[in-house]
Amino acid sequence: MSVNVLAATEDPYIPGPSSFDLPPIFGEGTIVTKPMVQIVLFAVLAFAFLYFASRKRALVPGKLQYVGEAGYGFVRNSLGRDIIGSHDFQKFVPYLVSMFFLLLFNNWAAAIPFFQFPTFSRAGLVYGLALISWLVYNGVGIKKHGLGGYLKLQCMPSGVTGPILLLIVPLEFFSNIVVRPVTLALRLFCNMFAGHLLLILFAMGGYWLIFQSGVLGYVPVGILAWVLFTAIFFLELLIQFLQAYVFTLLNAMYIAGALADEH
Amino acid sequence: MNYLLAAEGEEPNPLIPHIPELVLGVVVFALLYVLVKKFVYPNFEATFAERTAAIEGGLAAAETKQAEADAKLAELEQQLADARHEAARIREEAREQGATIVAEMREQAQAESARIVEAGKAQIEAERQQAVTSLRAEVGTLATGLAGRIVGESLEDEARQSRVVERFLADLESAGGVN
Repeated sequence: MSVNVLAATEDPYIPGPSSFDLPPIFGEGTIVTKPMVQIVLFAVLAFAFLYFASRKRALVPGKLQYVGEAGYGFVRNSLGRDIIGSHDFQKFVPYLVSMFFLLLFNNWAAAIPFFQFPTFSRAGLVYGLALISWLVYNGVGIKKHGLGGYLKLQCMPSGVTGPILLLIVPLEFFSNIVVRPVTLALRLFCNMFAGHLLLILFAMGGYWLIFQSGVLGYVPVGILAWVLFTAIFFLELLIQFLQAYVFTLLNAMYIAGALADEH
Repeated sequence: MNYLLAAEGEEPNPLIPHIPELVLGVVVFALLYVLVKKFVYPNFEATFAERTAAIEGGLAAAETKQAEADAKLAELEQQLADARHEAARIREEAREQGATIVAEMREQAQAESARIVEAGKAQIEAERQQAVTSLRAEVGTLATGLAGRIVGESLEDEARQSRVVERFLADLESAGGVN
């Protein structure tokens, strides 16, 4: 440390959007990036987990099957059955389960050494899922009510009549058809992006304060930064789970709304 | 990285998507959905259904068993009550029979004793008659012998002898009756 104190001070690393702009793995000109590898790998892991947990079909489950059933049952019952309703939910269970576990595994990738990067801090991947969500809930609604019936369901609250409709209809259309995929995408993306940014800031900031600032008095502050980094790391684990949950929950709610008979 | 608008050292805009990532995300999700629907969903749902069926079947079986056990218990209790009743009846019958037997035996014994007493009396009477008869004969002989010796007159003559005895006895009878 004394060496560092004596050494010339270096500029601290300032994390920013460029921290997320990872170059293609195989060099300039190729297209495969680390997030792309991660989403494929963790999708495979998510499927492997679900597959091996479900394969045995034991009436008295072992450990893996028990964990798998708990996760699958959680999505199936609290996100599917309780929100979409016991009449219609079955055909959406694979969709919700795939969505939840893809998000959960990829979000938690941020906590796994060597990966340590939340896959969905990349806007493109999030837009893909938001686009699918938008297509699914609108598609389901149009299939059930027809295009006109569906638009009426989404844009005209029952019981509202008269000139106020001129105001309500565009607002409802905007809120239910246009804004939903945007908020869905931004919520997930921003949480992952900001969380990771915060972690980089505390990690690199602590490193700079301890080793690179050249000021002995900064060292305790740097240690405090690393302590906070650890605490935020655990907070992020919770947020990563919650964002997977919320994204899937909103999908279920949008589907339930599109299937509803009365607005 | 021309897609990022990062010219001249500016920070890239993180909201602008990397198109290959967007496409890949959609494809990966679609594949995962197909696989989950084909391999995971049926297995879990079947497991849940089997478990529900097994639990419901178990409960139904337990209920049946319970009902059977209850019926069996009631039947056994009924049998026990019947048996107790039967035992009480048999005891009562035995007591009655015993009483009857005792009464019969007493009656028989009384009859027997009466018969024995009767027979004894008859025998005594017969023996008395016999004694009286034999005495009568002997008394005559003795008396005549004695009287002959006293009066010195022979009473050996049969006819006379007999007449004297008869007269004597008749006198006796007329004087104080027999015995």
